[in-house]
Amino acid sequence: MKLDILSALNAEREARRAAIVVTDVTRGSQWLVRAADIARDALRDTLAERLRTGKSGMAETAQGRVFLTVHVPSPKMIIVGAVHISQALAPMAKLLGYDPVIVDPRTAFATTERFPDVAVLAEWPDTALPKIGVDPYTAFVALTHDPKIDDPALHYALARDCFYIGALGSTRTHARRIARLKEKGISEAQLKRIHAPIGLDIGAVSPPEIAVAIMAEVTARLRSRGERDQRGPVPLSQKARETTA
Amino acid sequence: MLAGDDDILKAAEDWRKAGRGVALATVMETWGSAPRPVGSNLVIDESGNFLGSVSGGCVEGDVITEAIDVIASGQPKMLEFGVADETAWRAGLSCGGTIRVYVEKID
Repeated sequence: MKLDILSALNAEREARRAAIVVTDVTRGSQWLVRAADIARDALRDTLAERLRTGKSGMAETAQGRVFLTVHVPSPKMIIVGAVHISQALAPMAKLLGYDPVIVDPRTAFATTERFPDVAVLAEWPDTALPKIGVDPYTAFVALTHDPKIDDPALHYALARDCFYIGALGSTRTHARRIARLKEKGISEAQLKRIHAPIGLDIGAVSPPEIAVAIMAEVTARLRSRGERDQRGPVPLSQKARETTA
Repeated sequence: MLAGDDDILKAAEDWRKAGRGVALATVMETWGSAPRPVGSNLVIDESGNFLGSVSGGCVEGDVITEAIDVIASGQPKMLEFGVADETAWRAGLSCGGTIRVYVEKID
């Protein structure tokens, strides 16, 4: 690989933009296609499909057999609520390669003592979120249980097509939330994207266990990326986790 | 903290810019069960320093040896590793799969 291709690729990654490296293994030639330039490339259909699925691999094209290295931005996680679950979730997210950011306007919660080594913004979501850069490569988790904080945050995440959006609360709590968000004019289809009760049903009880359930559900959603339109929801608890209500 | 693919490709760039001979190994194809997915990277320098992985550790040693050759020759190579057996235990995949790894020089 030419150093200038590698440098250009790293610049795209740094800017959180997707890109694909095309390698013609037989001829040894190689080029970089930025997401924004795909429509102009001879292999545009193949490249667009790869970008959608996020999967690298060999592809048969009119030009022969090529290897496509698909680079999509590494996922970030925005955690609204500097709560007990977040104290376990943030380091776990870091370990899985996410860049976690915690947002909570309650200064008693959002402290660096409670969250060492994690970015913490002690601000209202309306102020904090535009600064963070919420995008489709973001997992968005609302954990405050306070509609004043969670509702506007969820509204913001839905508008930015985050690949995962989850909210803490029992089925009853979530039903009330859905009713409030509907009044704000959010469509039924959009609201269905919110995972609630949050997390895979593993019978989690303690805050770190709930963090594991959330992380597992986020991972399931990340890895089935691309099948978003066809796939059904990740299996969720039939019975609400009343302990988190 | 485990090294993500971001760190690996950034390291490849940084190492090369620092004047080191560098090769990049990429898992291009897998059959059967393979420990690392297609697209996984291992970056190697001329002294044998490396970052990342192309398997669960079974074939990295051989990939590093080949990478040092690639750095010297400048010619990319496609390596294939298959099922471990008695005669090829040194570079076999214990999981029973087959992988093809492309090794290229960064220049």
